Amino acid sequence: MRAAELQLSVALDAATSLEAAAPPPPKIRVERLVKRFGTFAAVDGISVDIAPGEFFVIVGPSGCGKTTLLRILAGLEEPTSGTIAIAPNDAGRPTNSMVFQGDSIFPWMSVYDNAAYGLAMRRRSKAEIAERVRPLLETTGLWRFRDRYPHQLSGGMRQRVSICRAFANDPDILLMDEPFSALDEQNKMLLHQELLRIWEETKKTVVFITHSVDEAVTLSDRIMVMTAHPGRSKAILDNPFGRPRDVVALRGDPVYGAFVFRIWEYLREEVRAAKLQEQEEGEA
Amino acid sequence: MTRAALNDRLLAFGSPLALFLLWELAAKAGWIDTRFFPAPSAILVRMWALSASGELWVNLQASLWRLFAGFIVGGIPALVLGIAAGLSRPVRIAIDPLVSATYPIPKSAVFPLILLIFGLGEASKIVMVAMGVFYPVLINAQAGVANIDRIYMDVAKNFRASRWQLFRTVAIPGALPPILAGVKLGLGMGLILIAIAEMIGADSGIGYMIWNAWQILSVETMYVGLVVIALIGFALSLVTDELEKFLVPWKRARG
Ligand SMILES: Nc1ncnc2c1ncn2[C@@H]1O[C@H](COP(=O)(O)OP(=O)(O)O)[C@@H](O)[C@H]1O
Ligand SMILES: [Mg+2]
Repeated sequence: MRAAELQLSVALDAATSLEAAAPPPPKIRVERLVKRFGTFAAVDGISVDIAPGEFFVIVGPSGCGKTTLLRILAGLEEPTSGTIAIAPNDAGRPTNSMVFQGDSIFPWMSVYDNAAYGLAMRRRSKAEIAERVRPLLETTGLWRFRDRYPHQLSGGMRQRVSICRAFANDPDILLMDEPFSALDEQNKMLLHQELLRIWEETKKTVVFITHSVDEAVTLSDRIMVMTAHPGRSKAILDNPFGRPRDVVALRGDPVYGAFVFRIWEYLREEVRAAKLQEQEEGEA
Repeated sequence: MTRAALNDRLLAFGSPLALFLLWELAAKAGWIDTRFFPAPSAILVRMWALSASGELWVNLQASLWRLFAGFIVGGIPALVLGIAAGLSRPVRIAIDPLVSATYPIPKSAVFPLILLIFGLGEASKIVMVAMGVFYPVLINAQAGVANIDRIYMDVAKNFRASRWQLFRTVAIPGALPPILAGVKLGLGMGLILIAIAEMIGADSGIGYMIWNAWQILSVETMYVGLVVIALIGFALSLVTDELEKFLVPWKRARG
Protein backbone atom coordinates (compact mmCIF):
# COMPACT_ATOMS: atom_id res chain seq x y z
CA MET A 1 0.00 0.00 0.00
CA ARG A 2 2.69 2.43 1.07
CA ALA A 3 5.00 1.22 -1.64
CA ALA A 4 2.30 1.74 -4.20
CA GLU A 5 1.79 5.30 -3.01
CA LEU A 6 5.48 5.91 -3.17
CA GLN A 7 5.75 4.59 -6.69
CA LEU A 8 2.88 6.76 -7.74
CA SER A 9 4.44 9.86 -6.28
CA VAL A 10 7.79 9.00 -7.85
CA ALA A 11 6.07 8.58 -11.21
CA LEU A 12 4.37 11.96 -10.80
CA ASP A 13 7.65 13.59 -9.86
CA ALA A 14 9.35 11.98 -12.82
CA ALA A 15 6.80 13.50 -15.10
CA THR A 16 7.69 16.99 -13.90
CA SER A 17 11.40 16.61 -13.31
CA LEU A 18 13.91 14.11 -14.61
CA GLU A 19 16.27 14.52 -11.66
CA ALA A 20 13.70 13.47 -9.09
CA ALA A 21 13.54 9.99 -10.56
CA ALA A 22 17.20 9.36 -9.74
CA PRO A 23 17.76 7.43 -6.48
CA PRO A 24 18.41 9.77 -3.55
CA PRO A 25 22.08 10.39 -2.79
CA PRO A 26 23.29 8.08 -0.02
CA LYS A 27 23.33 9.31 3.57
CA ILE A 28 26.51 7.37 4.18
CA ARG A 29 28.95 6.32 1.46
CA VAL A 30 31.71 3.93 2.46
CA GLU A 31 34.37 3.29 -0.17
CA ARG A 32 37.13 0.68 -0.03
CA LEU A 33 37.46 1.24 3.69
CA VAL A 34 40.50 -0.34 5.32
CA LYS A 35 41.49 -0.19 8.97
CA ARG A 36 44.70 -1.80 10.20
CA PHE A 37 45.97 -1.97 13.74
CA GLY A 38 49.68 -2.34 13.05
CA THR A 39 49.74 -5.07 10.41
CA PHE A 40 46.46 -6.58 11.58
CA ALA A 41 43.59 -5.76 9.19
CA ALA A 42 40.39 -5.32 11.20
CA VAL A 43 38.38 -3.96 8.26
CA ASP A 44 39.59 -4.91 4.81
CA GLY A 45 38.03 -3.01 1.93
CA ILE A 46 34.35 -2.47 2.66
CA SER A 47 32.23 -0.44 0.25
CA VAL A 48 28.56 0.25 0.84
CA ASP A 49 25.99 3.01 0.35
CA ILE A 50 23.39 3.54 3.03
CA ALA A 51 20.28 5.51 2.05
CA PRO A 52 18.77 8.33 4.11
CA GLY A 53 16.31 6.88 6.60
CA GLU A 54 17.50 3.33 6.01
CA PHE A 55 17.69 0.76 8.79
CA PHE A 56 20.97 -0.97 7.95
CA VAL A 57 22.01 -4.01 9.98
CA ILE A 58 25.44 -5.60 10.12
CA VAL A 59 25.89 -9.20 11.26
CA GLY A 60 29.12 -11.11 11.49
CA PRO A 61 31.13 -13.38 13.77
CA SER A 62 32.69 -11.70 16.78
CA GLY A 63 36.06 -10.11 16.08
CA CYS A 64 35.27 -9.53 12.41
CA GLY A 65 35.54 -5.75 12.64
CA LYS A 66 31.95 -4.61 13.18
CA THR A 67 32.73 -2.33 16.08
CA THR A 68 35.75 -0.94 14.26
CA LEU A 69 33.60 -0.06 11.25
CA LEU A 70 31.05 1.67 13.45
CA ARG A 71 33.72 3.60 15.33
CA ILE A 72 35.07 4.88 12.03
CA LEU A 73 31.58 6.00 11.04
CA ALA A 74 31.32 7.78 14.41
CA GLY A 75 34.62 9.57 13.80
CA LEU A 76 36.25 7.89 16.81
CA GLU A 77 38.78 6.08 14.64
CA GLU A 78 40.65 7.19 11.52
CA PRO A 79 40.54 4.86 8.51
CA THR A 80 43.89 3.54 7.29
CA SER A 81 42.71 4.01 3.71
CA GLY A 82 39.47 4.45 1.84
CA THR A 83 36.85 7.06 2.59
CA ILE A 84 33.56 7.61 4.30
CA ALA A 85 31.30 10.45 3.29
CA ILE A 86 28.27 11.49 5.27
CA ALA A 87 25.68 13.77 3.69
CA PRO A 88 25.29 16.96 5.74
CA ASN A 89 22.06 17.34 7.67
CA ASP A 90 19.61 20.11 8.33
CA ALA A 91 21.18 22.66 10.62
CA GLY A 92 21.63 22.14 14.32
CA ARG A 93 21.21 18.41 14.73
CA PRO A 94 24.21 16.27 15.62
CA THR A 95 25.47 14.03 12.83
CA ASN A 96 25.58 10.81 14.80
CA SER A 97 25.15 9.37 18.25
CA MET A 98 26.43 6.00 19.27
CA VAL A 99 25.07 3.32 21.53
CA PHE A 100 28.33 1.72 22.58
CA GLN A 101 28.86 -1.99 23.00
CA GLY A 102 28.86 -2.94 26.68
CA ASP A 103 28.76 -0.62 29.68
CA SER A 104 29.32 2.97 28.68
CA ILE A 105 27.04 5.12 30.82
CA PHE A 106 28.83 7.30 33.36
CA PRO A 107 28.87 5.68 36.82
CA TRP A 108 28.99 9.15 38.38
CA MET A 109 25.77 10.43 36.83
CA SER A 110 22.17 9.58 37.64
CA VAL A 111 20.04 7.80 35.05
CA TYR A 112 18.46 11.13 34.13
CA ASP A 113 21.74 13.00 33.75
CA ASN A 114 23.17 10.17 31.68
CA ALA A 115 20.21 10.25 29.32
CA ALA A 116 20.44 14.04 29.12
CA TYR A 117 24.18 14.05 28.45
CA GLY A 118 24.20 14.89 24.74
CA LEU A 119 21.65 17.65 25.16
CA ALA A 120 23.51 19.09 28.13
CA MET A 121 26.74 19.15 26.12
CA ARG A 122 24.85 21.09 23.47
CA ARG A 123 23.69 23.51 26.17
CA ARG A 124 19.98 22.95 25.66
CA SER A 125 17.59 24.48 28.19
CA LYS A 126 16.42 22.45 31.19
CA ALA A 127 12.88 22.50 29.82
CA GLU A 128 13.89 21.19 26.42
CA ILE A 129 16.00 18.47 28.01
CA ALA A 130 13.09 17.37 30.19
CA GLU A 131 10.77 17.39 27.21
CA ARG A 132 13.02 15.03 25.28
CA VAL A 133 14.36 12.84 28.06
CA ARG A 134 11.20 12.11 30.02
CA PRO A 135 9.20 10.31 27.31
CA LEU A 136 12.22 8.17 26.44
CA LEU A 137 12.80 7.18 30.04
CA GLU A 138 9.10 6.41 30.34
CA THR A 139 8.91 4.15 27.29
CA THR A 140 12.02 2.28 28.40
CA GLY A 141 10.62 1.85 31.91
CA LEU A 142 13.37 3.91 33.52
CA TRP A 143 11.50 6.99 34.67
CA ARG A 144 10.98 5.55 38.18
CA PHE A 145 14.73 5.03 38.42
CA ARG A 146 15.78 8.44 37.07
CA ASP A 147 17.63 9.43 40.26
CA ARG A 148 19.46 6.13 40.64
CA TYR A 149 23.11 5.66 39.89
CA PRO A 150 24.20 2.99 37.38
CA HIS A 151 25.60 0.66 40.04
CA GLN A 152 22.06 0.38 41.39
CA LEU A 153 20.71 -0.92 38.06
CA SER A 154 20.78 -4.24 36.24
CA GLY A 155 22.91 -4.64 33.12
CA GLY A 156 19.84 -4.51 30.91
CA MET A 157 18.67 -1.26 32.52
CA ARG A 158 22.08 0.31 32.03
CA GLN A 159 21.96 -0.63 28.37
CA ARG A 160 18.54 1.01 28.08
CA VAL A 161 19.96 4.20 29.60
CA SER A 162 22.64 4.16 26.93
CA ILE A 163 19.96 3.82 24.25
CA CYS A 164 18.00 6.74 25.73
CA ARG A 165 21.16 8.84 25.79
CA ALA A 166 21.65 8.35 22.05
CA PHE A 167 17.98 8.86 21.15
CA ALA A 168 17.57 11.95 23.34
CA ASN A 169 20.38 13.61 21.43
CA ASP A 170 18.19 13.45 18.31
CA PRO A 171 21.00 12.72 15.86
CA ASP A 172 20.74 12.33 12.09
CA ILE A 173 22.34 8.91 12.23
CA LEU A 174 22.05 6.38 15.04
CA LEU A 175 24.97 4.00 15.41
CA MET A 176 24.01 1.04 17.58
CA ASP A 177 26.58 -1.56 18.58
CA GLU A 178 24.82 -4.69 19.88
CA PRO A 179 22.54 -2.51 21.99
CA PHE A 180 20.15 -5.24 23.08
CA SER A 181 22.60 -8.05 23.80
CA ALA A 182 22.31 -7.60 27.57
CA LEU A 183 18.50 -7.77 27.55
CA ASP A 184 16.21 -10.73 28.12
CA GLU A 185 13.91 -11.85 25.31
CA GLN A 186 10.75 -10.12 26.57
CA ASN A 187 12.43 -6.76 27.06
CA LYS A 188 14.16 -7.16 23.74
CA MET A 189 10.85 -7.71 21.99
CA LEU A 190 9.33 -4.60 23.57
CA LEU A 191 12.32 -2.48 22.69
CA HIS A 192 12.41 -3.77 19.12
CA GLN A 193 8.83 -2.62 18.67
CA GLU A 194 9.59 0.68 20.37
CA LEU A 195 12.73 1.24 18.32
CA LEU A 196 10.83 0.61 15.10
CA ARG A 197 8.07 2.97 16.19
CA ILE A 198 10.48 5.79 16.97
CA TRP A 199 12.47 5.12 13.81
CA GLU A 200 9.34 5.21 11.65
CA GLU A 201 8.35 8.51 13.28
CA THR A 202 11.72 10.19 12.99
CA LYS A 203 13.10 8.55 9.83
CA LYS A 204 16.62 8.50 11.15
CA THR A 205 19.33 6.56 9.38
CA VAL A 206 20.29 3.63 11.60
CA VAL A 207 23.39 1.47 11.42
CA PHE A 208 22.82 -1.42 13.77
CA ILE A 209 25.21 -4.19 14.75
CA THR A 210 24.02 -7.49 16.11
CA HIS A 211 25.11 -11.09 16.39
CA SER A 212 21.47 -12.19 16.38
CA VAL A 213 20.07 -13.16 12.99
CA ASP A 214 16.51 -12.92 14.33
CA GLU A 215 17.16 -9.37 15.44
CA ALA A 216 18.63 -8.51 12.05
CA VAL A 217 15.55 -9.81 10.25
CA THR A 218 13.14 -8.15 12.66
CA LEU A 219 14.63 -4.69 12.32
CA SER A 220 16.42 -4.25 9.03
CA ASP A 221 15.80 -2.84 5.58
CA ARG A 222 19.04 -4.45 4.45
CA ILE A 223 21.50 -6.78 6.10
CA MET A 224 25.23 -6.87 5.51
CA VAL A 225 26.86 -10.19 6.41
CA MET A 226 30.54 -9.75 7.19
CA THR A 227 33.30 -12.30 6.73
CA ALA A 228 35.47 -13.50 9.59
CA HIS A 229 38.80 -11.74 9.93
CA PRO A 230 39.75 -9.83 7.87
CA GLY A 231 36.39 -8.05 7.88
CA ARG A 232 34.88 -7.78 4.43
CA SER A 233 31.34 -7.53 3.17
CA LYS A 234 30.25 -11.04 2.20
CA ALA A 235 26.70 -10.26 1.08
CA ILE A 236 24.15 -7.50 1.35
CA LEU A 237 20.59 -8.86 1.50
CA ASP A 238 17.30 -7.03 1.04
CA ASN A 239 14.81 -7.74 3.79
CA PRO A 240 11.58 -9.04 2.21
CA PHE A 241 9.37 -7.69 4.98
CA GLY A 242 7.60 -4.36 4.49
CA ARG A 243 6.75 -1.62 6.96
CA PRO A 244 5.26 -1.07 9.39
CA ARG A 245 6.08 -4.35 11.07
CA ASP A 246 4.71 -6.28 13.97
CA VAL A 247 7.76 -7.85 15.55
CA VAL A 248 5.76 -10.84 16.80
CA ALA A 249 3.51 -11.48 13.79
CA LEU A 250 6.63 -11.35 11.62
CA ARG A 251 7.85 -14.63 13.07
CA GLY A 252 4.71 -16.47 12.05
CA ASP A 253 5.24 -15.59 8.38
CA PRO A 254 6.49 -18.52 6.26
CA VAL A 255 8.97 -16.16 4.57
CA TYR A 256 10.59 -15.54 7.96
CA GLY A 257 12.16 -18.96 8.38
CA ALA A 258 13.39 -19.04 4.80
CA PHE A 259 15.06 -15.65 5.14
CA VAL A 260 16.67 -16.50 8.46
CA PHE A 261 17.94 -19.70 6.88
CA ARG A 262 19.45 -17.78 3.97
CA ILE A 263 21.39 -15.51 6.27
CA TRP A 264 22.59 -18.44 8.33
CA GLU A 265 23.94 -20.07 5.19
CA TYR A 266 26.13 -17.05 4.58
CA LEU A 267 27.05 -16.76 8.20
CA ARG A 268 27.73 -20.41 8.96
CA GLU A 269 31.10 -20.74 7.28
CA GLU A 270 32.22 -17.36 8.62
CA VAL A 271 31.42 -18.35 12.16
CA ARG A 272 33.35 -21.59 11.59
CA ALA A 273 36.28 -19.64 10.16
CA ALA A 274 36.24 -17.30 13.16
CA LYS A 275 36.23 -20.29 15.54
CA LEU A 276 39.18 -21.83 13.73
CA GLN A 277 41.11 -18.55 13.89
CA GLU A 278 40.43 -18.37 17.60
CA GLN A 279 41.72 -21.90 18.10
CA GLU A 280 44.85 -21.16 16.07
CA GLU A 281 45.49 -18.07 18.16
CA GLY A 282 44.98 -20.14 21.28
CA GLU A 283 47.55 -22.69 20.09
CA ALA A 284 50.05 -20.09 18.86
CA MET B 1 23.08 -2.45 65.12
CA THR B 2 23.91 -6.12 64.72
CA ARG B 3 25.73 -8.10 67.35
CA ALA B 4 28.87 -8.26 65.21
CA ALA B 5 28.84 -4.50 64.64
CA LEU B 6 28.40 -3.91 68.35
CA ASN B 7 31.35 -6.18 69.06
CA ASP B 8 33.45 -4.23 66.55
CA ARG B 9 32.57 -0.96 68.26
CA LEU B 10 33.40 -2.32 71.69
CA LEU B 11 36.73 -3.57 70.43
CA ALA B 12 37.59 -0.33 68.62
CA PHE B 13 36.86 1.85 71.66
CA GLY B 14 37.79 -0.70 74.25
CA SER B 15 41.36 -1.37 73.22
CA PRO B 16 42.69 2.21 73.55
CA LEU B 17 40.70 2.65 76.76
CA ALA B 18 42.25 -0.49 78.22
CA LEU B 19 45.69 0.75 77.22
CA PHE B 20 45.12 4.11 78.95
CA LEU B 21 43.89 2.39 82.09
CA LEU B 22 46.94 0.16 82.15
CA TRP B 23 49.17 3.18 81.58
CA GLU B 24 47.47 5.10 84.38
CA LEU B 25 47.83 2.13 86.69
CA ALA B 26 51.50 1.65 85.79
CA ALA B 27 52.22 5.35 86.37
CA LYS B 28 50.42 5.40 89.72
CA ALA B 29 52.10 2.20 90.86
CA GLY B 30 55.52 3.53 89.88
CA TRP B 31 56.25 0.76 87.33
CA ILE B 32 57.16 3.35 84.72
CA ASP B 33 59.17 6.55 85.02
CA THR B 34 56.63 9.40 85.09
CA ARG B 35 59.31 11.87 84.05
CA PHE B 36 59.06 10.31 80.59
CA PHE B 37 55.62 8.74 80.74
CA PRO B 38 53.35 10.94 82.85
CA ALA B 39 50.01 9.45 83.82
CA PRO B 40 47.17 10.09 81.36
CA SER B 41 45.30 11.90 84.14
CA ALA B 42 48.25 14.29 84.53
CA ILE B 43 48.25 14.94 80.78
CA LEU B 44 44.52 15.66 80.90
CA VAL B 45 44.97 18.09 83.78
CA ARG B 46 47.70 19.92 81.82
CA MET B 47 45.49 19.97 78.76
CA TRP B 48 42.75 21.57 80.78
CA ALA B 49 45.12 24.21 82.15
CA LEU B 50 46.55 25.04 78.72
CA SER B 51 43.11 25.34 77.28
CA ALA B 52 41.86 27.53 80.15
CA SER B 53 44.83 29.89 79.73
CA GLY B 54 44.09 30.10 76.02
CA GLU B 55 47.60 29.00 75.08
CA LEU B 56 46.36 25.78 73.51
CA TRP B 57 43.80 27.56 71.35
CA VAL B 58 46.23 30.17 70.08
CA ASN B 59 48.65 27.45 68.99
CA LEU B 60 45.96 25.23 67.57
CA GLN B 61 44.56 28.08 65.55
CA ALA B 62 48.00 28.97 64.18
CA SER B 63 48.65 25.38 63.07
CA LEU B 64 45.21 24.89 61.54
CA TRP B 65 45.48 28.13 59.61
CA ARG B 66 48.87 27.13 58.17
CA LEU B 67 47.53 23.71 57.33
CA PHE B 68 44.54 25.17 55.55
CA ALA B 69 46.51 27.83 53.64
CA GLY B 70 49.16 25.30 52.65
CA PHE B 71 46.50 22.88 51.55
CA ILE B 72 44.99 25.46 49.20
CA VAL B 73 48.33 26.74 47.93
CA GLY B 74 49.64 23.22 47.24
CA GLY B 75 46.44 21.34 46.46
CA ILE B 76 44.87 23.48 43.76
CA PRO B 77 47.88 23.70 41.42
CA ALA B 78 48.47 19.98 42.01
CA LEU B 79 44.90 19.20 41.02
CA VAL B 80 45.04 21.28 37.86
CA LEU B 81 48.48 20.02 36.82
CA GLY B 82 47.65 16.41 37.66
CA ILE B 83 44.45 16.37 35.64
CA ALA B 84 46.12 18.18 32.74
CA ALA B 85 48.94 15.63 32.80
CA GLY B 86 46.44 12.79 32.88
CA LEU B 87 44.62 14.17 29.85
CA SER B 88 47.48 15.47 27.75
CA ARG B 89 50.60 13.62 26.66
CA PRO B 90 52.77 16.73 26.17
CA VAL B 91 51.97 18.00 29.68
CA ARG B 92 52.70 14.56 31.09
CA ILE B 93 56.02 14.33 29.28
CA ALA B 94 56.97 17.83 30.43
CA ILE B 95 56.26 17.35 34.14
CA ASP B 96 56.93 13.65 34.78
CA PRO B 97 60.74 13.93 35.06
CA LEU B 98 60.45 17.01 37.29
CA VAL B 99 58.04 15.25 39.60
CA SER B 100 60.03 12.00 39.73
CA ALA B 101 63.24 13.90 40.50
CA THR B 102 61.89 16.19 43.21
CA TYR B 103 59.37 13.87 44.87
CA PRO B 104 61.89 11.70 46.75
CA ILE B 105 63.66 14.70 48.34
CA PRO B 106 62.59 14.74 52.00
CA LYS B 107 60.61 17.94 52.43
CA SER B 108 62.04 18.43 55.92
CA ALA B 109 65.52 18.59 54.37
CA VAL B 110 64.42 21.53 52.25
CA PHE B 111 63.15 23.53 55.20
CA PRO B 112 66.36 25.48 55.85
CA LEU B 113 66.29 26.59 52.24
CA ILE B 114 62.62 27.50 52.51
CA LEU B 115 63.39 29.54 55.64
CA LEU B 116 66.15 31.31 53.75
CA ILE B 117 63.87 32.15 50.84
CA PHE B 118 60.59 32.87 52.60
CA GLY B 119 61.84 34.10 55.94
CA LEU B 120 60.61 33.37 59.45
CA GLY B 121 57.03 34.52 58.83
CA GLU B 122 53.95 32.58 57.89
CA ALA B 123 55.00 32.04 54.27
CA SER B 124 57.73 29.50 55.01
CA LYS B 125 55.35 27.32 57.05
CA ILE B 126 52.63 27.50 54.43
CA VAL B 127 55.09 26.55 51.71
CA MET B 128 56.15 23.50 53.73
CA VAL B 129 52.57 22.25 54.02
CA ALA B 130 51.96 23.07 50.36
CA MET B 131 54.89 20.88 49.33
CA GLY B 132 53.56 18.02 51.40
CA VAL B 133 50.09 18.30 49.89
CA PHE B 134 51.28 18.95 46.34
CA TYR B 135 52.86 15.59 45.46
CA PRO B 136 50.25 13.08 46.59
CA VAL B 137 47.43 15.14 45.06
CA LEU B 138 49.33 15.60 41.79
CA ILE B 139 50.34 11.97 41.47
CA ASN B 140 46.90 10.62 42.36
CA ALA B 141 45.06 13.07 40.11
CA GLN B 142 47.27 12.14 37.18
CA ALA B 143 46.93 8.40 37.76
CA GLY B 144 43.22 8.82 38.43
CA VAL B 145 42.59 10.53 35.10
CA ALA B 146 44.89 8.18 33.19
CA ASN B 147 42.99 5.19 34.58
CA ILE B 148 39.55 6.40 33.55
CA ASP B 149 38.10 3.82 31.18
CA ARG B 150 38.75 4.92 27.57
CA ILE B 151 35.13 4.35 26.65
CA TYR B 152 34.03 7.36 28.74
CA MET B 153 36.35 9.61 26.74
CA ASP B 154 34.88 8.15 23.56
CA VAL B 155 31.37 8.86 24.81
CA ALA B 156 32.29 12.47 25.59
CA LYS B 157 33.84 12.80 22.16
CA ASN B 158 30.86 11.23 20.41
CA PHE B 159 28.51 13.60 22.22
CA ARG B 160 30.66 16.55 21.23
CA ALA B 161 31.83 17.58 24.69
CA SER B 162 34.18 20.56 24.56
CA ARG B 163 37.55 20.37 26.33
CA TRP B 164 36.12 22.08 29.36
CA GLN B 165 33.03 19.84 29.34
CA LEU B 166 35.24 16.75 29.12
CA PHE B 167 37.18 18.06 32.10
CA ARG B 168 34.03 18.77 34.10
CA THR B 169 31.87 15.77 33.20
CA VAL B 170 34.44 12.99 32.79
CA ALA B 171 37.95 13.79 34.03
CA ILE B 172 37.06 15.31 37.41
CA PRO B 173 34.30 12.92 38.49
CA GLY B 174 36.10 9.90 37.04
CA ALA B 175 39.31 10.70 38.90
CA LEU B 176 37.65 11.92 42.09
CA PRO B 177 38.06 8.78 44.22
CA PRO B 178 41.86 8.62 43.77
CA ILE B 179 42.06 12.41 44.08
CA LEU B 180 40.37 12.22 47.47
CA ALA B 181 42.78 9.46 48.50
CA GLY B 182 45.58 11.84 47.46
CA VAL B 183 44.04 14.64 49.52
CA LYS B 184 44.02 12.36 52.57
CA LEU B 185 47.66 11.44 52.10
CA GLY B 186 48.53 15.08 51.44
CA LEU B 187 46.84 16.29 54.61
CA GLY B 188 48.70 13.67 56.62
CA MET B 189 51.97 14.77 55.06
CA GLY B 190 51.06 18.42 55.68
CA LEU B 191 50.45 17.70 59.35
CA ILE B 192 53.85 16.05 59.73
CA LEU B 193 55.60 18.93 57.99
CA ILE B 194 53.81 21.68 59.88
CA ALA B 195 54.81 20.13 63.20
CA ILE B 196 58.46 19.98 62.08
CA ALA B 197 58.44 23.47 60.62
CA GLU B 198 56.92 25.00 63.75
CA MET B 199 59.58 23.40 65.93
CA ILE B 200 62.38 25.14 64.08
CA GLY B 201 61.11 28.40 62.75
CA ALA B 202 58.02 29.62 64.54
CA ASP B 203 56.77 31.26 67.72
CA SER B 204 53.32 29.74 67.62
CA GLY B 205 51.62 26.48 66.65
CA ILE B 206 51.39 23.02 68.13
CA GLY B 207 54.88 22.12 66.91
CA TYR B 208 56.24 25.22 68.63
CA MET B 209 54.36 24.28 71.79
CA ILE B 210 55.98 20.84 71.84
CA TRP B 211 59.45 22.22 71.18
CA ASN B 212 59.08 24.92 73.79
CA ALA B 213 57.91 22.31 76.30
CA TRP B 214 61.02 20.28 75.65
CA GLN B 215 63.20 23.31 76.28
CA ILE B 216 61.58 23.92 79.66
CA LEU B 217 61.27 20.18 80.37
CA SER B 218 57.50 20.28 80.63
CA VAL B 219 56.82 16.70 79.63
CA GLU B 220 53.04 16.86 80.15
CA THR B 221 52.78 19.74 77.69
CA MET B 222 54.73 17.73 75.13
CA TYR B 223 52.19 14.96 75.48
CA VAL B 224 49.32 17.42 75.17
CA GLY B 225 50.87 18.55 71.88
CA LEU B 226 51.06 14.98 70.64
CA VAL B 227 47.48 14.28 71.64
CA VAL B 228 46.27 17.41 69.88
CA ILE B 229 48.11 16.49 66.68
CA ALA B 230 46.63 13.01 66.82
CA LEU B 231 43.17 14.54 67.28
CA ILE B 232 43.71 16.89 64.32
CA GLY B 233 44.70 13.92 62.17
CA PHE B 234 41.66 11.97 63.32
CA ALA B 235 39.30 14.90 62.67
CA LEU B 236 40.78 15.47 59.21
CA SER B 237 40.21 11.87 58.26
CA LEU B 238 36.60 12.08 59.50
CA VAL B 239 36.06 15.22 57.44
CA THR B 240 37.56 13.72 54.28
CA ASP B 241 35.48 10.56 54.74
CA GLU B 242 32.33 12.66 54.96
CA LEU B 243 33.49 14.70 51.97
CA GLU B 244 33.96 11.48 50.04
CA LYS B 245 30.45 10.29 50.85
CA PHE B 246 29.12 13.62 49.66
CA LEU B 247 31.23 13.92 46.50
CA VAL B 248 31.29 10.28 45.42
CA PRO B 249 27.76 9.04 46.06
CA TRP B 250 28.02 6.61 43.15
CA LYS B 251 30.70 4.58 44.92
CA ARG B 252 28.51 3.64 47.84
CA ALA B 253 27.57 0.01 48.32
CA ARG B 254 24.79 -1.34 46.14
CA GLY B 255 21.47 0.03 47.39
N1 LIG C 1 42.51 -0.55 19.17
C1 LIG C 1 42.78 -1.77 18.67
N2 LIG C 1 44.06 -2.19 18.61
C2 LIG C 1 44.37 -3.41 18.12
N3 LIG C 1 43.47 -4.29 17.67
C3 LIG C 1 42.18 -3.94 17.71
C4 LIG C 1 41.76 -2.67 18.22
N4 LIG C 1 40.40 -2.59 18.15
C5 LIG C 1 40.01 -3.77 17.62
N5 LIG C 1 41.05 -4.57 17.35
C6 LIG C 1 40.99 -5.91 16.74
O1 LIG C 1 40.27 -5.80 15.54
C7 LIG C 1 39.42 -6.92 15.37
C8 LIG C 1 37.99 -6.46 15.17
O2 LIG C 1 37.53 -5.92 16.38
P1 LIG C 1 36.05 -5.39 16.54
O3 LIG C 1 35.79 -4.37 15.50
O4 LIG C 1 35.88 -4.98 17.95
O5 LIG C 1 35.22 -6.72 16.25
P2 LIG C 1 33.67 -7.03 16.47
O6 LIG C 1 33.01 -5.80 16.96
O7 LIG C 1 33.18 -7.48 15.13
O8 LIG C 1 33.61 -8.15 17.45
C9 LIG C 1 39.58 -7.80 16.62
O9 LIG C 1 40.44 -8.87 16.30
C10 LIG C 1 40.21 -6.87 17.61
O10 LIG C 1 41.07 -7.59 18.48
MG1 LIG D 1 32.00 -5.47 18.70
